[in-house]
Amino acid sequence: MQPATGGKEAGAAAPADAGPADAGRRDFCGRTARFGAGLLLAMTVPAFGGHARASGGPGARGAGAAAPAELNAWLKIAPDDSITVLVDRSEMGQGVYTALPMLLAEELEVDFTSIRIVAAPVGDAYVNAGNGGQITGTSNSVTDAWEKLRTAGAQARTLLIAAAADKWRIAPERCRARRARIENDRGQSFSYGQLAQAAAKLKVSKDVKLKPRADYTLIGTPQRRLDTPGKVDGSAEFGLDVKLPGMLYAAIAQCPVLGGRPRSVGSHTAEAMPGVRRVLGVPSGVVVVAEHFWQALKARDALEIVWDEGTNASLDNAAIRVLLDRASANTGLVAKQVGDPSAAIKAAAHPFAAVYELPLLAHATMEPMNCTADVRADRCDLYVGTQVQQLAQAVAAEAAGLPPAQVNVVTTLLGGGFGRRLEVDFIPAAVLASKAVGVPVKLVWTREDDMTQDYYRPPAREEVRAALDAHGKLVAWQLHITSPSITARFDPTNKDPFDSVIEYVQNYPYGVPNFGLSYTRREIGINVGYLRSVSHAPNCFAVESSLDELAAAAAKSPLEFRLELLASKPRHTNVLELAAEHSGWGRARPGRHLGLAFMEGYTSVIAQVAEIAMNGGKLEVHKITCVVDCGQLVNPRIVESQLESGIVFGLSAALWGGITVDAGRVRERNFNTYRLLRANEMPEIEVVLVPSDVTPGGIGELAVGPVAPAICNALYAATGKRVRSLPLSSHGLV
Amino acid sequence: MALISVNDRTIDVDAAPDTPLLWVLRDHLAMTGTKYGCGMALCGACTVHIDGTATRSCVLPLSAVAGKRVTTIEGLSADRSHAVQRAWIEIDVPQCGYCQSGQIMSAAALLAVKPDPSDAEIDAAMAGNLCRCGTYPRIRKAIHRAAQLLTPGRNP
Repeated sequence: MQPATGGKEAGAAAPADAGPADAGRRDFCGRTARFGAGLLLAMTVPAFGGHARASGGPGARGAGAAAPAELNAWLKIAPDDSITVLVDRSEMGQGVYTALPMLLAEELEVDFTSIRIVAAPVGDAYVNAGNGGQITGTSNSVTDAWEKLRTAGAQARTLLIAAAADKWRIAPERCRARRARIENDRGQSFSYGQLAQAAAKLKVSKDVKLKPRADYTLIGTPQRRLDTPGKVDGSAEFGLDVKLPGMLYAAIAQCPVLGGRPRSVGSHTAEAMPGVRRVLGVPSGVVVVAEHFWQALKARDALEIVWDEGTNASLDNAAIRVLLDRASANTGLVAKQVGDPSAAIKAAAHPFAAVYELPLLAHATMEPMNCTADVRADRCDLYVGTQVQQLAQAVAAEAAGLPPAQVNVVTTLLGGGFGRRLEVDFIPAAVLASKAVGVPVKLVWTREDDMTQDYYRPPAREEVRAALDAHGKLVAWQLHITSPSITARFDPTNKDPFDSVIEYVQNYPYGVPNFGLSYTRREIGINVGYLRSVSHAPNCFAVESSLDELAAAAAKSPLEFRLELLASKPRHTNVLELAAEHSGWGRARPGRHLGLAFMEGYTSVIAQVAEIAMNGGKLEVHKITCVVDCGQLVNPRIVESQLESGIVFGLSAALWGGITVDAGRVRERNFNTYRLLRANEMPEIEVVLVPSDVTPGGIGELAVGPVAPAICNALYAATGKRVRSLPLSSHGLV
Repeated sequence: MALISVNDRTIDVDAAPDTPLLWVLRDHLAMTGTKYGCGMALCGACTVHIDGTATRSCVLPLSAVAGKRVTTIEGLSADRSHAVQRAWIEIDVPQCGYCQSGQIMSAAALLAVKPDPSDAEIDAAMAGNLCRCGTYPRIRKAIHRAAQLLTPGRNP
């Protein structure tokens, strides 16, 4: 792993060969480095090992009572031989509760399916080097853990061997680990549980040998997920399911105009309603605490609140569009430049220009935001589905008036993350409510709260200028992005052009002699945040739509045009060629039309082909073929399901995704107006995985980006019309 | 006070009659397998069986449940042995898993009336259950597998 770098070095002049993961790394490093000024300083806390609670997985509850030995930060082995792996990334569907233990188990030589999973507490050992914090994001959980957890497994195995050798008074070389036992050459053996206490007292060797790839027995095999059993019988514990003795429930009223605050609160009616214990003002709104959630919700709706609507009362989508359009006249900050793209475009035989527009999007996790806090005089237990344990701890500590070390964060399963749970806005109100009433409080947002108070995917105006020479060769390609910043809120004074909204294009994969990327930051007054694939979906839409348009202008097939531009990259051309082969490229069935999109991201490479038909002027998506080279596969079963997942996410966004701001309020409030793909709307999906032995790349967000451009490129093939803005429903096409 | 039958137990519930069954199950009876997703019968996360029929519990007031049999995910089987649960584990359907109780209850209700559903019948029966993780292809596959498990002689 590369060491984390500070925020300031982040954006400027990344080397041309910097991989996508490096870009993501810079992003989060910048974020946390800037947080460091205030929030993260006091975050070095001892692990709350004793308080970590099981959250899902077979045998999650009721494991051996005897005290387990801690072999390292991720592994505990009890005298009864039960093996617990502490997973330091949040399980939000992407499979880390399975993939990460697989890495450790590969070296530990244990039955993987017997492992018990516990969410790791906050701790220095759990920092994601790729993200610069204990953060689950940028699709790098496996990449970050690849060396770390295999090494942890090998170190533990080495300790167990040493402990056994000590007991037998023989050389460690005469011992080996097999099936959770250490055996010697005399046919004797100890179970891991018999050795763990002694092993935990020995000095850890930094220098352990990892298995060669040929010896893998787990890595690369389609293991079943450890968290599935609890997810089919209702026992898996999400944040919403936390129940503590004496716990009360809370609902919150937040200003319907984004950014507004309560001016006055009439709470007499609400306070007199059944079960209501307390109404309290918090910075984010007004909280009602009651004996049951339904009572809290009804009382919340009975509050008489006069809102100070703030500065957004007249904001709407048209105004946002004007803001971005006007700001786009600025030249912006140059993030990357090769050659002289402007001059090349002026001089070229065939200049090209197009503007691509992307809407605001909501995360819409199936589990709405919620948090349970138990604040006492000297500690606070926080039960929350979060992607940022340290930040959760920091904001809870601030709200509780306690040092961060006294806040124990228990990470539950996440009912979807998608970046929404990188935000901690819903946490302080729960803490303040618990502090006010002196008992544990579970604060639950309604679906409407969740939809109308999101950190939305920022809207973007992405303007491509490019040029072909007389032979149809791409000689210049330039992108100017105008968008609110996701990262600037962490350091408003930063003038660095790097931002999460432009990340993907920094790794523009195509060979072109003159290249430019510039960014104009234009805030729109509402909270924007990280949505699964972050820059990759909007940027990929501009890149891949424009490539298709340029191919048409050059009178070349979209496939040939891309292959020429990627000729020096065999991994990329292989993926493209496989996508062509599996999708029947060039041989579309009668009435069907194909569109291609390609992307390099998260150190993985992906191509998708959309197969569509037009029916009465309406689009039907019949199939998405998806070919991926993501390096060494850890669990192909999970990789495949994550790619399917990303495609469905991309389909929802491409077809219907859009948040409408009207008089400062979000008009979409529930799933009837914020439409997501349903079972009966599913196209066929074919996933093809390319075998590889390079370090695993990311897969959780990878498949989202190419979906929309692949569909729009297929639409062009079908109709000859270009769609340059999303969603497709806004064009009457679905 | 209201007497309701949940998973073959008769339970006395002290909740206002307009309280949706969802919140009665979750907050009064501590049966949290049934999930809250939308509160408007739009997403299916709260699906339970009322007298065997898949029903959205988030819009069903307690007062409407009197005299009816409620089955939740906790009551589908005692040991994950229902064919749908077995198929779900075999195919590894869940990702985040939050919607899956509702998906499983809808699937179980479908198979109870259509032991060998077609793709179109599955799509129609499952269209009311949203999954933001996009597990739909695996859900369809798992329902076909559960149908196999339920059919004597077709159970390899």
